[in-house]
Amino acid sequence: MAKSTKNERIRISGFGGQGVLTVGQIIALLHLEHDRTVSWIPAYGAEMRGGTTNCSVIIQDDVIGSPIVAQDIDILLAFNLPSLTRFEPLVKKGGKIIYNTSIIKDPPTRKDVEVIGVDATNISISLGSPKVQNMIMMGAYLKDHPYFNEEIIKKVLLIRFGEKAEKLIPINLAAIKAGKE
Amino acid sequence: MAKVLMKGNEALSEAAIAAGCTAFFGYPITPQNEIPEYLSARMEEEGLTFVQAESEVAAINMVYGAAAAGARVMTSSSSPGIALKQEGISYLAGARLPCFICSVTRAGPGLGGILPAQSDYFQAVKGGGNGDYFTPVYAPNSVQEATDLVFRAFNVADEYRTPTLMIVDGMLGQMMEPVEIKAPPRVKVDKETYATSGNTDKRKKNVINSLNLSGLGLEAMNHERFKDYEKIKKKETLSEVDMPKDAEIVFCAYGVPSRIAKNAITLLKKEGISAGLIRPITLWPFPEKDFQKLPKTVKAVLVTELSMGQMIEDVRLALNGAIPAHHYGRVGGVVFEPDELANEAKRILKKGGKK
Repeated sequence: MAKSTKNERIRISGFGGQGVLTVGQIIALLHLEHDRTVSWIPAYGAEMRGGTTNCSVIIQDDVIGSPIVAQDIDILLAFNLPSLTRFEPLVKKGGKIIYNTSIIKDPPTRKDVEVIGVDATNISISLGSPKVQNMIMMGAYLKDHPYFNEEIIKKVLLIRFGEKAEKLIPINLAAIKAGKE
Repeated sequence: MAKVLMKGNEALSEAAIAAGCTAFFGYPITPQNEIPEYLSARMEEEGLTFVQAESEVAAINMVYGAAAAGARVMTSSSSPGIALKQEGISYLAGARLPCFICSVTRAGPGLGGILPAQSDYFQAVKGGGNGDYFTPVYAPNSVQEATDLVFRAFNVADEYRTPTLMIVDGMLGQMMEPVEIKAPPRVKVDKETYATSGNTDKRKKNVINSLNLSGLGLEAMNHERFKDYEKIKKKETLSEVDMPKDAEIVFCAYGVPSRIAKNAITLLKKEGISAGLIRPITLWPFPEKDFQKLPKTVKAVLVTELSMGQMIEDVRLALNGAIPAHHYGRVGGVVFEPDELANEAKRILKKGGKK
């Protein structure tokens, strides 16, 4: 089985309710399926729906030090403008910014990182559920992780959402596919 | 069992059930709420006792009652809630009752904030209750270690008939890591020797009480307790030591901040500076011997904690003046970054280890 081998320091940020924390957990679970060492930590505080929220995910093979990705971000998933503004300067040179063009009208200005715009909110509405905008963003993240095939993704979605959520799998898989495109 | 991704708070709760905890009494407070939330569902599934008490004080007294009846019992809270429980903890220690207490610490003083902090080292280690007593205090730095130490804390509580405490910084409670819950054998203790579990006239009456109005009697009881404490010091002290032979400076940190110190050590290594780490896993008993066998190359010890400087007092006692000890901390819920710690180490070394 092809495996991910890269170390990744990921920060995911957006409004509460956009599925930011969930996406982080799913990314961590995917890499755990490949026996990588993973950690996930939310920036917890007095957060609420509509407020901002973010989490750090680290993927590597040896023991993880601080679980907080405070600097040297490899991949930033920015779901809204305050998130992009806050974390863009902390992305490592040569790193990647995936941002939600549906609601971020000012694109990243960094020239030394790869920038990928995803019309996540709008695509999710066209798919019939704004709840899956996080999966569309994750689809963009998974584009260069081809070893996470549909089977592993489905398995992880069931771990995260429980067997009862089986009927929600198709729309989530469709969203991930849309994000890859 | 394969590794699963779990939050620290949830994983240690599952470990408590696997350890044979039959009763939990608690009261809500952030950032430990996932513990009672998780246990309220799981303990019902398992047919065990879960009570959300009317207050922290009520909860710790319910723990006293259940422990007196011989149950394997647990409570959890966060810093201000643990402050309220101190009277009960002293009574548990006085009555020689085993229980496991988990404190997911937050920033203080007062109601403070809900962000992570380590400003309750004194509270945990030096105790806030009255009288001469100690409680073994465990300080894990990963979700896996938190679950492993839950088993140990329950066993040590039973073996020495003492409350045991685990302090989990807010970060560890909230973070998710892969974990495998591995239950070690349970220590065998005959609870009939002390528990008030219903007398069938087959044994002598057991009395649970911390009151003793005879001076000599109470003195003897204190000495008995301290014999146990000496045994605990000898047998139950835990630490992780990573000490290069040419270390110039030694970090001392516990909990998740010890992982940040490890990152700082890696940063220093890249600059050709050799640094070591002493990570107390038990805060009481404190691993003082680790500080007495440092390489001769060590110029200073740098204690990095999320407090204004609490563990540093035990480090200074352990060093006994042999090497200068410095402190670097952030408080209020602010967490230091690896480069902050590395820079502080370099600043200290530039001055030859002195202030």
